[in-house]
Amino acid sequence: MPIEDEALKRTPLYEAHQAAGAKFGPFAGYDMPIQYPDGVMREHLHTRAAAGLFDVSHMGQAFLRARGSRLGTPEAHEAVARALETLAPGEFLKLKRGGLRYSALLNDEGGILDDFIATRAPEEDRDGEFFLVVNAACKDQDFALIRGKIGGATELDVLNDRGLLALQGPEAAAIIDDLFPGAATQGFMTMRRAQWKGVDVLVSRCGYTGEDGFEVSLPADAACAFAETLLARDAVKWIGLGARDSLRLEAGLCLYGHDLDETTSPVEGAIDFAIGKRRRREGGFPGFERIARELADGPRRRRVGIAPEGRAPVREGAEVIDADGRAVGRVTSGCFGPSAERPVAMGYVDAAHAETGTPLQVVVRGKALPASVAETPFVPQRYYRG
Amino acid sequence: MTVKYTKEHEWVRVEGDVATVGITPHAAEQLGDVVFVELPDVGAAFERDADMAVVESVKAASDVYAPVSGEIVEANGAIVEDPAQVNADPAGGAWFVKMKLSNAGELGELMDEDAYKKLLESL
Repeated sequence: MPIEDEALKRTPLYEAHQAAGAKFGPFAGYDMPIQYPDGVMREHLHTRAAAGLFDVSHMGQAFLRARGSRLGTPEAHEAVARALETLAPGEFLKLKRGGLRYSALLNDEGGILDDFIATRAPEEDRDGEFFLVVNAACKDQDFALIRGKIGGATELDVLNDRGLLALQGPEAAAIIDDLFPGAATQGFMTMRRAQWKGVDVLVSRCGYTGEDGFEVSLPADAACAFAETLLARDAVKWIGLGARDSLRLEAGLCLYGHDLDETTSPVEGAIDFAIGKRRRREGGFPGFERIARELADGPRRRRVGIAPEGRAPVREGAEVIDADGRAVGRVTSGCFGPSAERPVAMGYVDAAHAETGTPLQVVVRGKALPASVAETPFVPQRYYRG
Repeated sequence: MTVKYTKEHEWVRVEGDVATVGITPHAAEQLGDVVFVELPDVGAAFERDADMAVVESVKAASDVYAPVSGEIVEANGAIVEDPAQVNADPAGGAWFVKMKLSNAGELGELMDEDAYKKLLESL
């Protein structure tokens, strides 16, 4: 009999997924919808053609606020931003109000503990507050780390009673704009606060599919009604974690625990953009010595896109060898790309084999299959650029 | 001509000493949209239960086992060219291979249609 601690948690939308005919599977301690009756292929293609609705309520949400200085003052913003900058290499100090920033929590060796998004509160009178969204599998450790390391300067308000829904795809903007007028022209990677049927929601233009889209954070008890409102539109369908994975992989986006982990630095992981320009000079984040060295001299290995030449998908864990059969790396994510209409993958290869176009081989079921280093994304990104 | 089944959800149709092998509609549905099929070469020989072919969906790869021992006499190139046929017609045109039986006695150990239906109901 499972003991309470091992029981899978459920998001506020669990029953809605059941009603939609979802197949469930465990993910990060949650019983999550992996796919619906349409299946991964159709769900994936629907997202790129219309609008896919994703329940990502398993992710960790929290407000981080300055402690000891009054909210709505420049001092409060500086205090919380500088505290965050001691944990992650992002530029948080100069982040504009309402701006989202992708970054990574680092260990002392510059390895990635988690990747996350921090958003500066949109309103001047909330200067000193950031909204954090972190990975489900890491959230307990992340929040403990934040409290442990910067709990003196900041106060972490973990939001266990909120849902998070993502609407992604070319029709997302028009649908979100109907509910929150102005959303259609909201900047990419910005957040604003809005009201939906009297509840406070946070509407961010971002996502994990390579498509234009939004993530809406709202109270857990409003999540089902909000999802129903979206699903009432013909263009909107539930999309499970299966298609979420193939969509993000085609878009060249990393999945923590697979493409990034405690041994990989942001430079090796090719998420250098998560390191602010000023931060590269000034440092002041964990593992700066290694990261500065890798930025200057190049990393020992690097995450790259891998395009198999044939039709056979290559999967996580497959060995990557060079033309002469020498081991040069490993696949960290791989699937058949429904929109790319070919297998797509990413993985780590040593620096000498990281140049786009470098011929490689990937070992699948004992056979070396031809592949090459590929630019990512594998399909064009369609983010809103104003 | 009878069709026999394995608990791994393969079907076997025997004519003379040649068995045509495929996966059942249940297996095809569980896999989801098939995007890649790898079949053995003609002439290859397999013991019963050996990995014989591979079917892959967007997210996962699955082995297809030899339901009986024998030598491959024909492989269905049409499903390699168009893997979606495996979902469209798994019990018919999307057969995988034809095998020359090396131990016809093994057929007696496979399930008949009634037994296979009972297995599906128990899942």
